[in-house]
Amino acid sequence: MITILDYGVGNLGSIHNMLRRIGIEAEISGDPQQLASAEKIILPGVGAFDHAMQRLNDSGLREALDKKVADGKTPLLGICLGMQMLTNGSEEGKLAGLGYIDAQARKFPARSNLKVPHMGWNVAMPSRPSPLTKKFDTEMRFYFVHSFFVKVENQENSMLKCNYGIEFDAGIQDCNIYGVQFHPEKSHRFGMTLLSNFGAL
Amino acid sequence: MLRSRLIPCLQIRKGSLVKTRQFGEFSYIGDPANTCRIFNECEVDELAVVDIYASVEGRGPNFDLLNELAEECFMPVAYGGGVTNVGQAEKVLRLGMEKIIVGTAGYVNPELFAEIAKSFGTQCVIAAIDVKSGFSGSKSCRSHSGRKSTGQHAVEWARRVEGLGAGEILLTSIDQEGTWEGFDIELIRSVSDAVSIPVIAHGGAGTHDDIREAVNEGGASAVALGNMVVFQKKDMGVLVNFPSEAEREAMGLHPALVTDSEIAGQR
Repeated sequence: MITILDYGVGNLGSIHNMLRRIGIEAEISGDPQQLASAEKIILPGVGAFDHAMQRLNDSGLREALDKKVADGKTPLLGICLGMQMLTNGSEEGKLAGLGYIDAQARKFPARSNLKVPHMGWNVAMPSRPSPLTKKFDTEMRFYFVHSFFVKVENQENSMLKCNYGIEFDAGIQDCNIYGVQFHPEKSHRFGMTLLSNFGAL
Repeated sequence: MLRSRLIPCLQIRKGSLVKTRQFGEFSYIGDPANTCRIFNECEVDELAVVDIYASVEGRGPNFDLLNELAEECFMPVAYGGGVTNVGQAEKVLRLGMEKIIVGTAGYVNPELFAEIAKSFGTQCVIAAIDVKSGFSGSKSCRSHSGRKSTGQHAVEWARRVEGLGAGEILLTSIDQEGTWEGFDIELIRSVSDAVSIPVIAHGGAGTHDDIREAVNEGGASAVALGNMVVFQKKDMGVLVNFPSEAEREAMGLHPALVTDSEIAGQR
């Protein structure tokens, strides 16, 4: 059972739809007690960094989430802004991130030939073997839409790399904590494989 | 490498999938949910669904139909048609769609772009700009599925909606739409030069060369396809189809990349 955190930010419907399609049980919940007993957690997120952090901090879920992470036993997957929230913070906002993975989100530099946001399908390359990137027999293509990118401080926390003029970390990992910049729930079979891998952890 | 997106643009009329020509005469294509299932298998980059009669009939989105479609779509989906307030936009997003296309309602209430952007981010607001050429060659915007003039000029309106918070523009040439005769490249170029947000070119695609031209000559960030993805060929029967991965790769729809070192040099 995967618990998809509902703190009022993010596209929960499409994540739930895809998990249902690949036969993984999931619940959408904003209840701290349910979170405390979660087996696996997905942290979705779209929109502005501070807005999302504020909502999470005010949701009553923050404490329970910190506790689960400190425990180290429950796999957590942050998606898109949800991944950026796992880091120390973002150039986009003033609020601190969750600080689970030592990294920072920065804005893509403006360039005439590359529009911001980075929007569309791009190829991600594994930086190291990870349980989340098993069973990919072809290249990995995912749907991205973001204006800020993450670079990890410690290369060991890089799971996937992507290039949009600048090389950034499209996937990050520290033990049981995972984050992906793209939207696996909107990335056809590539996303299905990745989410199946997460479901199988 | 990032590739310019190819987006089937599905037109809904009374719950059925149709295809128009110059926003007028339409052909019946089939069942929308079935078609979405096929586009899933084709692994399309993204999908746009437009209820072309919602604004004309003055009603909101058909949420039951959208729910059915959202459950079938494992790619990003944009919906347009009859969205006039943030509440409706939120409902569409909650069903599992990513983007809201605002056309007619934006001319009546331009603040709608800003309101949706403020609540859900600019990346989820697409401004639909439907353009018709005048006798003098002027390119003016029309609303209500092309039925009403708005008094707005395409380039001016594109700048305006960008300023209000639209994150993308779905630019349709009514003159070219459904004709198979190629894009209005001049129109695409003038709008994509005027704004910094992505422009989705729509109206007239008949060949892979047309698509390439819209991207490379027009400066479009994405191309929306109608006839090409629902008909076998011009004047032939319905066949839901999409260029294969190899064909898409062969179209050469990659923007030139600047390397990290070049960026470092600019700093």
